[in-house]
Amino acid sequence: MRILAAIVAIAVGLLVLLGYFVPQAAVFQTLLLNWAIIFAAAAALVGMFNLINVHAEKIRKGDKNKLYSAVLIVGLIAAFLAALILKPQNAIVQTFLVNGIIVPVEASLMALLAISLLYAAARLLRRRADLMSAVFVAVAALLFLGSATLPFGDMPLFGSLLRPYISQVWALGGARGILIGVGLGALTAGLRVLLGVDRPYGGA
Amino acid sequence: MIALTIILVAAFLLLGLTLWKKRSPSPLREIPAFDEMTRSLDLSVEDGKRLHLSLGRGDLLNSSGASALAGLALLRSVAERASVGDKPPVASSGDAALGLLSQDTLRAGYQAASADDAHSQNQGRVTGLSPFSYAAGAMSIPQSEDVSTTMIFGHLGAEAALLADSVERSGANLIGASDHLEGQAVLFAETRNALVGEELFAANAYLNADPSHDASLTLQDIFRWLIILALLGGSAAKFLGMF
Repeated sequence: MRILAAIVAIAVGLLVLLGYFVPQAAVFQTLLLNWAIIFAAAAALVGMFNLINVHAEKIRKGDKNKLYSAVLIVGLIAAFLAALILKPQNAIVQTFLVNGIIVPVEASLMALLAISLLYAAARLLRRRADLMSAVFVAVAALLFLGSATLPFGDMPLFGSLLRPYISQVWALGGARGILIGVGLGALTAGLRVLLGVDRPYGGA
Repeated sequence: MIALTIILVAAFLLLGLTLWKKRSPSPLREIPAFDEMTRSLDLSVEDGKRLHLSLGRGDLLNSSGASALAGLALLRSVAERASVGDKPPVASSGDAALGLLSQDTLRAGYQAASADDAHSQNQGRVTGLSPFSYAAGAMSIPQSEDVSTTMIFGHLGAEAALLADSVERSGANLIGASDHLEGQAVLFAETRNALVGEELFAANAYLNADPSHDASLTLQDIFRWLIILALLGGSAAKFLGMF
């Protein structure tokens, strides 16, 4: 079974890769990618059952947060059934579930994120008092000063010269360097799976 | 055609370097976050506490899937090492397919350690499918499941701050790496044990003395030098007005 899974994974991977370079293989590439999309959608359903299972177990074991787990399961089933019966684009589903619950909850998490980031920046020098942290905080402060809208307009020098220079020369150069590194890492991670060195499927 | 050549050369180099590294392994440069990771793994087993590996929300059908694969490779090592502990490690993911693979990887790790009985399918969890729902679901794990260390390894953006904040409040240790620039900036501010850029893909080379992982790092170094030479050569040619 393990060997069969490896053969299927490597063959499919190579066929999809070949599709980018050999026009004749593009047909198989499209077909296999379409299958992958269908499998991913089916996996979402499995993921939902996994979520229910984890939280049902928490309720069964009397976890201290079991009330939240119960709310999650009831909400999940209600939303799933509502979208299944009424269809996702239905006005009630859109108004009540999406605009009434999901969007405000995500917006509040985004607001929480802003506070969380501010708090992390404030604690950075206490947590790690080194040159890189000082540079990190100084650059962030300079960029904030350069992009802040003040009653008398933009701050001279910061908005017109310093901010564009830092963000478009230093920061962009650094970001490109990091992304090249990530790209190289991604290349080797992909090759390892294609060559069957790493096999995150099919058991031990 | 150039891309295909690069891939083929990289594949042959990877195989060749693996054979070479089997004969003469080379030492790796010291990265404090990886020392902390090894220490945390050992301590969690000794203390009878849990490890939480956050795999992020890397979609296996696009470029963020590479970080997910790196996270899964790390999960395999973590599962094998932590399987002897009192509390099994937990992996959270924000993509359903990744969640399935994490369950399979955990099972494989337990099988390899001959500890099948201690394995539970609920160790691999899908906590949410959007960035914030994933973070919100994963935030409760360090708070309520006696976690000693949380490792963030995968595709996470700014929402990593929510998870990192939750880890800090629970008093657990945090080690973080993301392939996303925003995620890296957030993790740099949130923890002393942040990994930047391609270090995300080096975790297994530091955890396992495996020649193939060592070869992957050498391959990355070779390509890095080639890119540096190409950039410098291109700049010089442009400066001299050659194109």
